[in-house]
Amino acid sequence: MIISVASGKGGTGKTTVAVNLALSLDEKLQFLDCDVEEPNAHLFLKPKIEHVQPSFIKVPEIDESKCSLCGKCQSVCQYNALAVMPKTDKASGKVMVFQQLCHGCGGCMLLCPEKAIKEVDRKIGVVEIGKAKDIDFFHGKLDISEPMAPPLIRHVKRYIDKNALVISDCPPGTSCPVVTAVKGSDFCLLVTEPTPFGLHDLTLAVELLRIIHVKFAVAINKSGETDNIIDDYCKKENIPILLKLPFDKKIASAYSKGENIVEVFKEYKNNFKGLFNSIKTIVNNK
Amino acid sequence: MKQILVISGKGGTGKTVLSASFASLAKKCVVSDCDVDAADLHLLLRPKVKETINFKSGKSANIDENLCIKCGKCINFCRFDAITSDIRIDHASCEGCGVCTYFCPVSAIKMIENECGECFISDTRYGTMVHARLGIAEENSGKLVSLVRKKSQEIAAEQNCEFLIIDGPPGIGCPVIASLSGVDVAVIVTEPTLSGLHDAKRVIEVARHFKVAVNLVINKFDLNLDMTKTIEGYCSKNNIRLLGKIAFDEAFVKSLIEVKPIVECEYSKVNKDIVDIWQKLAYN
Repeated sequence: MIISVASGKGGTGKTTVAVNLALSLDEKLQFLDCDVEEPNAHLFLKPKIEHVQPSFIKVPEIDESKCSLCGKCQSVCQYNALAVMPKTDKASGKVMVFQQLCHGCGGCMLLCPEKAIKEVDRKIGVVEIGKAKDIDFFHGKLDISEPMAPPLIRHVKRYIDKNALVISDCPPGTSCPVVTAVKGSDFCLLVTEPTPFGLHDLTLAVELLRIIHVKFAVAINKSGETDNIIDDYCKKENIPILLKLPFDKKIASAYSKGENIVEVFKEYKNNFKGLFNSIKTIVNNK
Repeated sequence: MKQILVISGKGGTGKTVLSASFASLAKKCVVSDCDVDAADLHLLLRPKVKETINFKSGKSANIDENLCIKCGKCINFCRFDAITSDIRIDHASCEGCGVCTYFCPVSAIKMIENECGECFISDTRYGTMVHARLGIAEENSGKLVSLVRKKSQEIAAEQNCEFLIIDGPPGIGCPVIASLSGVDVAVIVTEPTLSGLHDAKRVIEVARHFKVAVNLVINKFDLNLDMTKTIEGYCSKNNIRLLGKIAFDEAFVKSLIEVKPIVECEYSKVNKDIVDIWQKLAYN
């Protein structure tokens, strides 16, 4: 079973919920941090990293001796990653490759009539693999100045063991990185906070999950007097709220030091166990 | 014109609240929201939309069910897992490369242009605002950010504005890189937590890679004074100007609920700090 934890708005407590859920279960599990732009779960799970796997996307390389400057590659590429510099009196002409624009679709290579294009690896980040006690830990770290997160997220997800329980911490937002991370999950828990910002971004995340057909429910972090902002919306939309974590300066202070709620305030373990049982019920309910 | 981008790496550190306050304090400005996939600044500034620009970008594959012979060839060529085992396009995953169209033996796949969002030009009490809404699960947020950047720069120049204030996206990927282009200074809003510092460091590296000057603000600094010290040490060691520190104040949430920039709330205890930060940022 794959459980994703996502949010829409950043900083609502995705990582806190995902990590504490993982630490509260007695089952063997895989923990994936798919927020490859800003991975944080390792700060809390403190895994011992055992392998570092560089992550690549395929980009074209032109064999100039074969290239006829026909321009097919340029016309196939939807991302403007290839440009033909025509032959002039002074220059022999060449195809320029803008590697950072390339999505790695392979179209140019497959369609080059001269077979002058081969694909080479371009590094975009690393996947680090390790152990945090009994938890198998995986996360992606996007290289600085690298724009494209989704290929690295796909790489992290290739380590998913279909038979295992998987908890996956996802990036914020509602665009391609989140879709890539959440896709294929059995369930997605949306963590929000009881503010107008929290509500606004929650509604966007709900729309997203309805589009990609993943079952979901809500958790409210920093819960308190203003919970009705979220409660009312969830009631209207018929979305279950499975967990509320109170707003508490002691929790915030523990968090700031990289300490986990269920380790400092052991009584919370039961809340997370309860959360897991509710998720199982929803997933198994056809 | 001074172009000021507010970013953080980590989400939820207070970018939008601070951006709204800067807009309130700047006398003549254009504001823009470059967090196009979870935009929130409009909730505080309550813009009145004057002009809507449809944002079309990229294409998406569409299969003609009547022509498709379910051979499955397209699945093998798709690198984005965007074609399901029953030969349907998963639009949320399709990156619009079009490779499938070339290899379909019965030409059943066509590429259709995506309408993936809208860009708005609006009036607010603080000046013109340029903002956007990316379609849910859409691609190309970077390109929409570039459109917001371009429009807001044009308008700010036209109006001869002293400041362009930009509320940025979280993370370090393509929307952030698109936001950074052409700005004079990036204000990093962080909080004294392990993850706040970790993420700030990464986004600072990105800003510096693109040769943008970096200033820093520590929000909720009294949540962990040791960590605040660590961040201050990091700033001085790396030659990053610390604009100021803002204490934890329940007024933050209260101001959100009242949909007002916090500097306009008389019950806020942190207004002097925010004004000082703005003065430094704007004028020296």
